Amino acid sequence: MSSTIREADLGTKVTPLPARAAANTPVPLDHHIARNPGLKLDLGFLESVRSVNRSALERRVASLTKRRSIKADNQAAWLLRAIACMDLTTLNSNDTEERVRRLCAKAINPLRRDIMEGLGIAGETIRPAAVCVYHPFVATAVDAVRGTGINVAAVSTAFPHGLAPLSTRLQEIEASVKDGADEIDVVIPRGLVFGAKWRELYNEIVSMRAACGDAHLKVILGTGDLATLRNVMLASMVAMMAGADFIKTSTGKESINATLPVGLAMVRAIRAYFEETGYLIGFKPAGGISTAKVSLDWLVLMKEELGRPWLEPDLFRFGASSLLTDIERQLEHHLTGHYSANHRHAMA
Amino acid sequence: MNILERYHAMEYGPAPEARNEADAWLAARDFGKALFIGGDWKAAGGGKTFDTSEPSSGKLLAKVSDANAADIDAAVAAATKALPKWSASTGYQRAKVLYAIGRAMQRHQRLFAVLETIDNGKPIRESRDIDVPLAIRHFIHHAGWAQALDRDFPGHKGVGVVGQIIPWNFPLLMLAWKIAPALAAGCTVVLKPAEFTPLTAILFAEICERAGVPKGVVNIVQGGPEAGAAIVNHPGIQKIAFTGSSEVGKIIRKATAGSGKKLSLELGGKSAFIVFEDADLDSAVEGLVDGIWFNQGQVCCAGSRLLVQEGIADALIAKVKVRMSRLRVGSPLDKNTDIGPLVDLTQIDRVKGLIAEGARQGAVCWQPDATLPSSGYYHLPTLATGVSPANILAQEEVFGPVLATMTFRNTEEAIELANNTRYGLAASVWSENVNLALHVAPQLKAGVVWVNGTNMFDAACGFGGYRESGFGREGGREGMFEYLAAKLPLGPVIKPATSSAQPVEQADGVAIDRTAKLFIGGKQVRPDGNYSIAVATAKGKLAGEVGLGNRKDIRDAVSAARACKSWPEATAYNRSQVLYYLAENLSGRASEFAARLTELTGSNAKAARDEVELSIERLFLYAGLADKFEGRVHQPPARAVTLALHEPVGVVGIVAPDNQPLLGFISLVAPALAMGNTVIAVPSERYPLLATDLYQVIEYSDVPAGAINIITGRSAELAGVLAKHDDVDGLWLFTDAETCAKAEADSIGNLKRVWSGNGRSLDWASEEATGDALLRRAIEVKNVWVPYGD
Repeated sequence: MSSTIREADLGTKVTPLPARAAANTPVPLDHHIARNPGLKLDLGFLESVRSVNRSALERRVASLTKRRSIKADNQAAWLLRAIACMDLTTLNSNDTEERVRRLCAKAINPLRRDIMEGLGIAGETIRPAAVCVYHPFVATAVDAVRGTGINVAAVSTAFPHGLAPLSTRLQEIEASVKDGADEIDVVIPRGLVFGAKWRELYNEIVSMRAACGDAHLKVILGTGDLATLRNVMLASMVAMMAGADFIKTSTGKESINATLPVGLAMVRAIRAYFEETGYLIGFKPAGGISTAKVSLDWLVLMKEELGRPWLEPDLFRFGASSLLTDIERQLEHHLTGHYSANHRHAMA
Repeated sequence: MNILERYHAMEYGPAPEARNEADAWLAARDFGKALFIGGDWKAAGGGKTFDTSEPSSGKLLAKVSDANAADIDAAVAAATKALPKWSASTGYQRAKVLYAIGRAMQRHQRLFAVLETIDNGKPIRESRDIDVPLAIRHFIHHAGWAQALDRDFPGHKGVGVVGQIIPWNFPLLMLAWKIAPALAAGCTVVLKPAEFTPLTAILFAEICERAGVPKGVVNIVQGGPEAGAAIVNHPGIQKIAFTGSSEVGKIIRKATAGSGKKLSLELGGKSAFIVFEDADLDSAVEGLVDGIWFNQGQVCCAGSRLLVQEGIADALIAKVKVRMSRLRVGSPLDKNTDIGPLVDLTQIDRVKGLIAEGARQGAVCWQPDATLPSSGYYHLPTLATGVSPANILAQEEVFGPVLATMTFRNTEEAIELANNTRYGLAASVWSENVNLALHVAPQLKAGVVWVNGTNMFDAACGFGGYRESGFGREGGREGMFEYLAAKLPLGPVIKPATSSAQPVEQADGVAIDRTAKLFIGGKQVRPDGNYSIAVATAKGKLAGEVGLGNRKDIRDAVSAARACKSWPEATAYNRSQVLYYLAENLSGRASEFAARLTELTGSNAKAARDEVELSIERLFLYAGLADKFEGRVHQPPARAVTLALHEPVGVVGIVAPDNQPLLGFISLVAPALAMGNTVIAVPSERYPLLATDLYQVIEYSDVPAGAINIITGRSAELAGVLAKHDDVDGLWLFTDAETCAKAEADSIGNLKRVWSGNGRSLDWASEEATGDALLRRAIEVKNVWVPYGD
């Protein structure tokens, strides 16, 4: 740097993000995450984040995904990262205990041994961070993954619509926690957002957080229903103020799944919350993320907008069911140079 | 690094774009025969070559033929030879050729992108995703214009052979902006790329060979200043289109003065990027990345001046710094590179010098902590805060990755700061309040305004500047006019005024003495010099005396015209009614004006009466058109509307002709007024009493003070003063050829828009000397991009 360049005095109260070193420089991972205690509902702060320009966000994600390219060994490493940040999910009305046990088995052994060896990670443990199931299957899943370090996440609170009485929804959370769920994915009643009933939404989430106890709270916004990115931003912020550990896009049941513009609005909400409070909130896109290529786009989004800490499972998860198989195919292709087929990889 | 280490590091790693195809193309070319003239590849007549090197390494890429004046002669000869057939071809035939070029470019777009990146240093993501697709879009869009010519531009024809000189920052895209409309209009082309970046133009010429472009229609001559000067000065060229620095633009304006060449200049800028407190700040930060760090800031319309509202300044600057620290500086062929090298070592020196001077003048300059590649012309993105408007970084175009930041307190001050520049190319306005954004956009002196966006371009939307950023538009309907000409009905050759003997003898009849003063700021005022000149009747007797206006009178008139805000800000309907009222009041005194015409010009009573009636008709015409010569809404391929607004040029000087002295005067003044310009009119030197007689008509017609100012005197002298006045935006001249040429040359102070008859007047009674032909000269087209979606 030439001698004429001097550091400007920032003179600002905005806390810089962690890992704000130059993009070309590797970042040491020394963060540890304090759990978000939440904030008093601050409508003034909420008001300050309502400017979300959809066209500009769409342009950003369009160039973001075109301006980053991950090739060869790096791509393999990033796809392994996608596995490690995965909530392997089954949320179907025809789920059974046996189906859930199969899912857990897949989570424990996500990759074929020869692929692990080929990638030079045979001795390593790289597997989904959690399995995600409906409440009735929590106990089954807890049993199946015991001792593996894999968490069990339950979608409680009248998933996917959240339209049961609050007391019922809270009971469902408590029941899931009692059955051993480590993480609770709750849905918000979308109507509260349309009605701008922020206090009611806040209070509901606060009580859900209380019902979770030590289990981590992931708040699903149902973004496909929320219509505008401004609603997504505001709902994200209320959820974080109410004590969400993660904010999550979709149930997978809305007509529009997780999209990158929605993801961008949510990660910017996370950044704004961090700048205001210093707390790091996790992000979980879910629904429709089924290809290795798309998973890389999401990882790029996290790295560019939030930085390296958000590429760890304590701050980032994919909610996905079929993504793992596509990643397996890509990893096999990386090793063999042959394009792979689904049936060559064990199903969940 | 093994995969596990990479898994922990989560770095992007290199993602190089393959260059083997481009290298093979380079190896297979004989760059010693790089002049594409008349469909053949020729060596430079002087046998000279120049070097083009790779900015990322400094390595030599090729030694390219360096055209001399004789080569330009040959190229112009080829273009001239090809012109009759090409211009006579049907729109459909030309459309097929343009379409074929666009499609052929599409088939080779990766080669274009890689070559562009190698030669210019711009990141491959930009050449691949922006430059090349936009260039292709330009050809395909203009195929449509070729076919729509008769429908959309009746009475217009291509101007002929055009000379085009393009810069190095967007080599292929600027080539497309130049060649596509020219070919659509039926012109033939001699184009000179920049010396730093000759390669993609050579590939383009090969595409032309394959796409069936007739020989000689497109001639591409590589070369330096000698070739450029030869093009500018070539008598066989009817139009010059130039994109580059304001400095060279002014040289070209001066060199072409009096030549009758049509001219369009797209020059430098110091574009404002205005962020209001209700903006989406994170998106505004991305806008800055697209604005000032796009193409290393080597963009004429780069948003290089960040104007941010005080209350959010700290927060925004903090965000900008975080974002800057995430920009990746490196090899332009790497797909993860955001910032590549500057084009040449000279640019590095220039940028560093400006930063050092800016810091010396009090700016605080900050750069992210990143290491630069060891070779190549790299420069870190730089943020300058605490920049005063007087700082060199706020005044001068850096043409590098340097952002100068200032704060403002309120909307009015934002506009004032934004317009506090000699340039006027582009501006960005960031606010979530559409009322505010659309309030500000029309008040910015800029040819392009992006609302909540920046550096958006499209072939359907005009691009070009106000003020010293040049004139003319590229793209869209407005861009087509730059390559078209309508035949105007020529009037008499205007001879220089001679100081013939002054009449002394009173005309017959003793009336009460009348003193014709000057008309400035709505008042009749004595000339500053307090001299008068005599006006002769047709019979050589004394008809009266008018004030001898001088430079100070022009100065006062320009001040009055500039101060008159109510006229440009009035609604078109309001202006329309005032012009109707002028017509009404002139009509009431028609016989008096007819008598004056007869007295001064000797025309017979009927002819005089007809001229007055036609003058009234013209006032009616422009009164009616005041609210009808409207802009358009363009449809770029994006979720956005682009409003092509017609705005007044500003303060316009009009030097009126002697022929048809009342009609000529009104034919020029009325359209200028109708579009909201304020006018300083110099009436016919021989028959000024027709204009001074209008004072009372004007005073009686609710024309706001300063909207029209009339200075009598020596046309040539006053034209010169107007030409050199840097607060006059436009100048229309119907004087002798020498005065016109001199005024064109003198106009470079602020690059005012000059329209001159080059020593010929028009036949003002002709229908062709009315309407759009004049209204188009009375406006600037401002393209306001409004992306939408919620």
